[in-house]
Amino acid sequence: MTDSEGGPDLTKGGGPTAETAGDGPLVVVENVNKHFGELHVLKDINLTVNRGEVVVVIGPSGGGKSTLCRSINRLEPIDGGTILVDGKELPKEGKELARLRADVGMVFQSFNLFAHKTILDNVTLGPIKVRKQGRQESEKHAMELLDRVGIANQAQKYPAQLSGGQQQRAAIARSLAMKPKVMLFDEPTSALDPEMINEVLDVMSGLARDGMTMVVVTHEMGFARKAAQKVVFMADGQVVEENTPEEFFTNARTDRAKDFLSKILTH
Amino acid sequence: MEQLLDLLDFGPFFDHFDTILEGFWATIRLAAAAAVLSLIIGTVLAAFRVSPIPVLRAVGTVYVNVLRNTPLTLVLLMCSLGLNDTLALTFSSDANTSYYWWAVLGLSGYTGAFVGESLRSGINTVPLGQAEAARSIGLTFSQSLRMIILPQAFRAVIAPLGSVFIAMIKNTTVAIAASYAEIATQMKSLVDLPSFASGTIPLFIGVAVGFMILTLPAGFFSGWLAKRMAVAR
Ligand SMILES: Nc1ncnc2c1ncn2[C@@H]1O[C@H](COP(=O)(O)OP(=O)(O)O)[C@@H](O)[C@H]1O
Ligand SMILES: [Mg+2]
Repeated sequence: MTDSEGGPDLTKGGGPTAETAGDGPLVVVENVNKHFGELHVLKDINLTVNRGEVVVVIGPSGGGKSTLCRSINRLEPIDGGTILVDGKELPKEGKELARLRADVGMVFQSFNLFAHKTILDNVTLGPIKVRKQGRQESEKHAMELLDRVGIANQAQKYPAQLSGGQQQRAAIARSLAMKPKVMLFDEPTSALDPEMINEVLDVMSGLARDGMTMVVVTHEMGFARKAAQKVVFMADGQVVEENTPEEFFTNARTDRAKDFLSKILTH
Repeated sequence: MEQLLDLLDFGPFFDHFDTILEGFWATIRLAAAAAVLSLIIGTVLAAFRVSPIPVLRAVGTVYVNVLRNTPLTLVLLMCSLGLNDTLALTFSSDANTSYYWWAVLGLSGYTGAFVGESLRSGINTVPLGQAEAARSIGLTFSQSLRMIILPQAFRAVIAPLGSVFIAMIKNTTVAIAASYAEIATQMKSLVDLPSFASGTIPLFIGVAVGFMILTLPAGFFSGWLAKRMAVAR
C-alpha cells in the first residue's frame, strides 16, 4: 500500500520494521477514564488503532477529543484504564516516559513551534537531545523532511516569519524527525486560514499513503473520506459511534451523530 | 557669591581622585561578582519555583519571601557581623578578602531573590504550548526548562532585569555595613577629613556622576539587548 513518490521514506511505524515489537495493534485504549475535578471527561473509552491505520476522531467541542489525544502520550494523566502503545504501557513519569513519549508524535492546533529557534533547529532538537544523534546526520534528515513538507527554503527562518500553513508543516516535520510509531493530530487545520488548509491536509494524506499510523481529530470530511479507514464519533466523553468514513458521513447509525453531522453540513 | 564658589570648590575632590577611583574600583568588583552570582541564584530559584517537586517549590517560595522582605543592610550585617565575625565563618585569613566575599554573597543572595521573581514572571509569558511541544518530542522537564522555557523567559525579562541590576549597583553602597570598603565608605572617610570642609558637595556630585557612568550604560545596554533578543510570536 506504499505509494512511493521518490521522496524519503518518512515512516518507521508503518510496515513491519525492526523497531516494531509485533503485529498486534499499535495503540490500544482500554476502559480509560479521566476527570478534571468533578468533570468526567473520558468515560470508559475503548479504541484500537492498527498499524498503518488512520483513525479520524470527530465530535462536538468539549467532547473530550483533545483530552484523549493528550492521554495517549501522557501529556495528561488518566485516572483509570490502560493505554498501550506498541504493546507497552507508558510509565507514569520520569526519564523513561520522556523517551517513550517521543515514539508518539503530536501535532497541535496552535503549532507550538519553539519561538526562539529557527525552523531547522526546531526539527533537529529532538533527534539531537533525545535520540542522541549527531548534528550533521540530524540536519541532513531534517532538510529531507522539510523538503518533503515543501518548506526547505524556510529552514533558517524563525516560526513567526512563516505563514500558519508553513508553521504547521514545520511542526509535522519536527514530529516526524523523531521517527514516531504513531502520530496524533489535534485539529491541525482549525487555526488556519482556509487557503492554507489544503497544503497541510496534502502533507497528511501523503503520510497516510506512506503507511504512517495516525489519529486525527478533525472535521475535514474530505480528508476523512480520502485517508481514513475508521471514524470515531465522540461526544460527552464517550465514543458514541465507530464506523467507516463512507458509512459514517452518508448513513450514520446513531441519532447523536446524525444530529452533529446535520449541524456541520448545513452551516 | 564668594561663599557659593566655596561650596563648589572641586579642588579637594581632585586632590583625592585616586582614593575615589579606588573606591569605585572596589564598587565595580563587588557589582560584577554580584551580577554573575545573583543571575545564577535567580535562575536556580526560578527553576525551583516552577519545579514539579513540592519541596523545591516551597524552598524557593520561602527564600524569595524572606530575602525580598528583609532590608539589605540587615542581610549584609548578618553576613559580616553575624557569620564572619561572630561565627568566624571566614573566606580567607585576610579580613578584607573575607569581607569582600561576604558582601558579594549577601548582595547576590538579596538580588537573586529579585532576579528569580523577574524570571518567574518571564516564565509566565511563555505560552503553555511551548512546554507541551517540548514534552511531546521527548524532552525531560529539566531539558525543556533549560532549552525552551528559560531562554524565552530570559529574553522576555531583559529590560526588567536591567532595572534589577541598576538597583543592585546602587545597593553596593550598603556594603559599608559588611565592612567592605567600596566608594560610599571612601566617601564617608573623605568627608571627615578637615581638608574637605569646603568640598563635600562637589564630592557628592562627583560620586553621583560616577554612579551614573556605571548605571546609565547598564540601562541603555539592557534596553538595546531586550529589543534585539525579543522573541517574535
Ligand atoms: N486542563 C483542564 N482543566 C479542566 N478542564 C478541562 C481541561 N482541559 C479540558 N477540560 C474540559 O474537559 C472537557 C473536554 O475537553 P477537550 O478534551 O478539550 O474537548 P474537545 O477537544 O473535544 O473539544 C471540556 O469540558 C473542557 O472544558
Ligand atoms: Mg480540542
